[in-house]
Amino acid sequence: MTAELGHFTLILALCVALVQAVFPLVGAARDNEVWMGLARPTAMFQFLLVAISFGCLTHLYVTSDFSVLNVASNSNTAMPMLYKISGVWGNHEGSLLLWVLILAIFGAAVAAFGRNLPPALRARVLSVQSMIAVGFYLFMLFTSNPFERLFPAPINGRELNPLLQDPGLAFHPPMLYLGYVGFSMAFSFAIAALIEGRVDAAWARWVRPWTMAAWCFLTGGITLGSWWAYYELGWGGWWYWDPVENASFMPWLAGTALLHSATVVEKRDSLKGWTVLLAIITFSLSLLGTFLVRSGVLTSVHAFATDPTRGVFILMLLIVVIGGSLALYAFRAPKLVSSGLFQPISREGALLFNNLVMTTAAAAVLLGTLYPLFLDAIGGGKVSVGPPFFNAVFIPIMIPMIAAMAFGPLLNWKRGDLVAAFGQLKLAAILGLVALAATYMWQTDGPIFATLGMGLAVWLAVGTLTELAGRARLFSAPAGAWGRFRRMPRASWGMVLGHFGLALAIAGMAGAGGWTKESIQTMHPGEKVELAGYEFTFDGASEGQGPNYTAIVGKFTVRKGGDEIAKLVAEKRNYPIGGMPTTEAGIETRLAGDLYAVIGDPEGEDGAYVTRLYFNPLVVWMWIGAMVMVFGGVLSLTDRRYRVGAPKRSRAGAAVAAGA
Amino acid sequence: MLKRLLLATALLFAALQPALAVDPAEVLDDPALEARARDISKGLRCVVCQNQSIDDSDATLARDLRLLVRERLTAGDSNKQVVDYVVSRYGDFVLLKPPFKFATLALWLGPLLFVALALIAAFAFFRRQRAARAETVAAPALSDEQKKRLDDLLKGDGS
Amino acid sequence: MNNRWLYSIPLAIFCVLGIYLGIGLTLDPKQLPNMLDGQPVPAFDLPPIKDRGAKGFASTDLEGDVTLVNIFGSWCVACRTEHPYLMKLKEQGAVPIHGIDWREEDPDAGPRWLKRFGDPYTLVGDDPRSKAAIAFGVTGAPETFLVDQKGVIRYKHIGPVNDEVWKEVLQPLIQQLRRNGSQTGGQKGGS
Repeated sequence: MTAELGHFTLILALCVALVQAVFPLVGAARDNEVWMGLARPTAMFQFLLVAISFGCLTHLYVTSDFSVLNVASNSNTAMPMLYKISGVWGNHEGSLLLWVLILAIFGAAVAAFGRNLPPALRARVLSVQSMIAVGFYLFMLFTSNPFERLFPAPINGRELNPLLQDPGLAFHPPMLYLGYVGFSMAFSFAIAALIEGRVDAAWARWVRPWTMAAWCFLTGGITLGSWWAYYELGWGGWWYWDPVENASFMPWLAGTALLHSATVVEKRDSLKGWTVLLAIITFSLSLLGTFLVRSGVLTSVHAFATDPTRGVFILMLLIVVIGGSLALYAFRAPKLVSSGLFQPISREGALLFNNLVMTTAAAAVLLGTLYPLFLDAIGGGKVSVGPPFFNAVFIPIMIPMIAAMAFGPLLNWKRGDLVAAFGQLKLAAILGLVALAATYMWQTDGPIFATLGMGLAVWLAVGTLTELAGRARLFSAPAGAWGRFRRMPRASWGMVLGHFGLALAIAGMAGAGGWTKESIQTMHPGEKVELAGYEFTFDGASEGQGPNYTAIVGKFTVRKGGDEIAKLVAEKRNYPIGGMPTTEAGIETRLAGDLYAVIGDPEGEDGAYVTRLYFNPLVVWMWIGAMVMVFGGVLSLTDRRYRVGAPKRSRAGAAVAAGA
Repeated sequence: MLKRLLLATALLFAALQPALAVDPAEVLDDPALEARARDISKGLRCVVCQNQSIDDSDATLARDLRLLVRERLTAGDSNKQVVDYVVSRYGDFVLLKPPFKFATLALWLGPLLFVALALIAAFAFFRRQRAARAETVAAPALSDEQKKRLDDLLKGDGS
Repeated sequence: MNNRWLYSIPLAIFCVLGIYLGIGLTLDPKQLPNMLDGQPVPAFDLPPIKDRGAKGFASTDLEGDVTLVNIFGSWCVACRTEHPYLMKLKEQGAVPIHGIDWREEDPDAGPRWLKRFGDPYTLVGDDPRSKAAIAFGVTGAPETFLVDQKGVIRYKHIGPVNDEVWKEVLQPLIQQLRRNGSQTGGQKGGS
């Protein structure tokens, strides 16, 4: 029954979505208030229906109903409850249901909290949002129905991939989707603006919170995935430039650019056409990511089970949504007239520079990701584009931007003084160079980018703090500084934290990418290994058990200078149902770096095991930096100026109406 | 349907082998040779996996390729000779860093082209801005009568 | 604005992208091209598997007649589906088939498998460390190579050999090669 209910509500949701997609849009064009008024209730109702459908699927998993194909393929009674629940979205069909759920959540949120939006704009936005949903409902109902039944029902299902049975990874898809789908809101706003033929400061203010929320989630989701890869996959790596990782990174780059350019639209009435295009591009990249993961055109560790019919359907969806929006853009964007003028050296100029670098970087990543496909399609043979390419291309593109990030906030709007800004940044420059030199002298065997990264990280961190101090006049008028700090708008704090967080993350990336130390050997109990100034002692291995796995549990003691500083527990798990082993590394996180131990197979009969030991410098700075960035974004979101929107406009309108 | 799903997921399982790749038994005695072997392995793609190097991968073929690399290095091959041998068997696909040849020209030059386009776009944008600014700044010349009126206004109006 | 066409650039780029993505759906990114097409068989010398006598399988055995070299393993599910057809080919005596038993961890596994499902091979070589397999550029099993009288690789087939593959590709090619006798200028080949 539950499966049929879930299926039925999904079909109903499609019907409601069709209504929501058509009537408010037409109503806005014809100034029909009744039809426009349909937007909010249909959005709410659609959300309710999808929520019920999602609840049904969750219930099926929780109760282990193996008469449903999706549950039988991805769940098992022996699995812990957390993974039964995360199994809902750990597969192709379920994850699509999560997609539409989040689409519906955002739609309902605009319906509920977008009271200060002009009705016509709100109607258009919700209509466009619903059109996207219609595409996904059709995709699900025709090719990827999560509620398909299985006869005869097996006694027990297969398992969720043991690698996915992990708390970090359980939440990685929901966060990512909140990001991807959140950008659909900016997309809908952009389409609505194109249809209306107008973009103004008010539009930018409305778009900003939704874009910021999506950005926070996407940053969090990517970080979670990276963190998981680091502690789970067993050799301390955290980014592989895998096609699906790139598919999440490109919308992030475009989304960050969008946040910055929306500021220019809002404050200076410029870069309108460009911002609208960016909003379209950001969501298009999200959709493209969906295509890449599920169609089988690229080989990737992340790919879901692939099916050619699905690939064709998603491609059709892509063509309609992206092609349609870009066609609309080609037709309507010339109508958007920008009036703000500014010098190349100015705050707007710096924001424009951010945009140029971010989009160039995104384009480069897109090129690398899709190149094997292009070359094969024109018969040029098979080629691989791996981390060496991406690192060689991405890092040099980003370096100028990171250097510029310290200047940007110090420049005035419209016309900035670069020399004065640099004068303020003297300390940052000196400390940056000191860090560069110190790193170079201390670790001469690292790659040049890592050393450069440390210098840039310090430059950015000190530069950001300098701007903050200058704004509060911390050193020139220290008396009132605390008051000035407190009165600073939250969005400004958001920016400071965002930039500072990035500096921390860059330091972490430089450390982890540049100076990792590794040691592979067979160890007998009691044997010691020296690594990076630490002494690892193998304390032997024993057998362990979990709810659905057996394990070899290895224990290590780490000493520095004779003193014990950590005990590490590493596991090699075997999941009999899933049929594959996983490693759980023993990690001790310290500010200077992570001590990381992995246990492998036994060697011989006398208790010796293969072990891998690592010292990964500064890794934790990446996670801390990312969290600081997300926190900054959340802080920005809570800035009242953005939640209130722009009621001034309606007041001005009322004044004009009164005066006329 | 289920069978296809099972097969695909099985492939996914097979590919996503974490745990230990390089076995201590594979490690060469000569540290310099071993370092070269690791370096080369990191640049060779595991052809049966979903995007890993043979250094990272647990697959049997990856292990055999690692052993082959070490054998050839021990026999005296240079790094280039070892890599060329593997490429002669599997093609450029096996190189994680795409080679710089005619087929990959667009790949390597692409990012440079994007940077150039970005700069051109920026220049064009600022030039258009300057033209727009020049337009608003350039006011039509005043006629004599208008100039007189302006003088009167400026002198007479004391505020 | 007289530069209206600039606004159409994103759409144009997307159209090109869409076409390539569509073509991409028809391609298999994992199918590697045959690097050894038209080249002599790589040198290899494999020991025999158990219970098959003292003679193994070496590259020098591949001259004098057109042959098929089949990569298989007891762990390979698809090889089992191909096997009956290879047995049929052996009964017909159409072409000598040699086997490379690839990646067997247990030395008994290969012989056991052949005993159970039949042995269509003239010669079998044991390749636990993928030495010959890598030399052939093999990425999975089963794979079958067509080698001409001079020991030159003429065709590589990835996947099981079935009636369709035999009738449409392998048999005509074998007949042509035999007819041409000692000619080295064959045109077909490659996957």
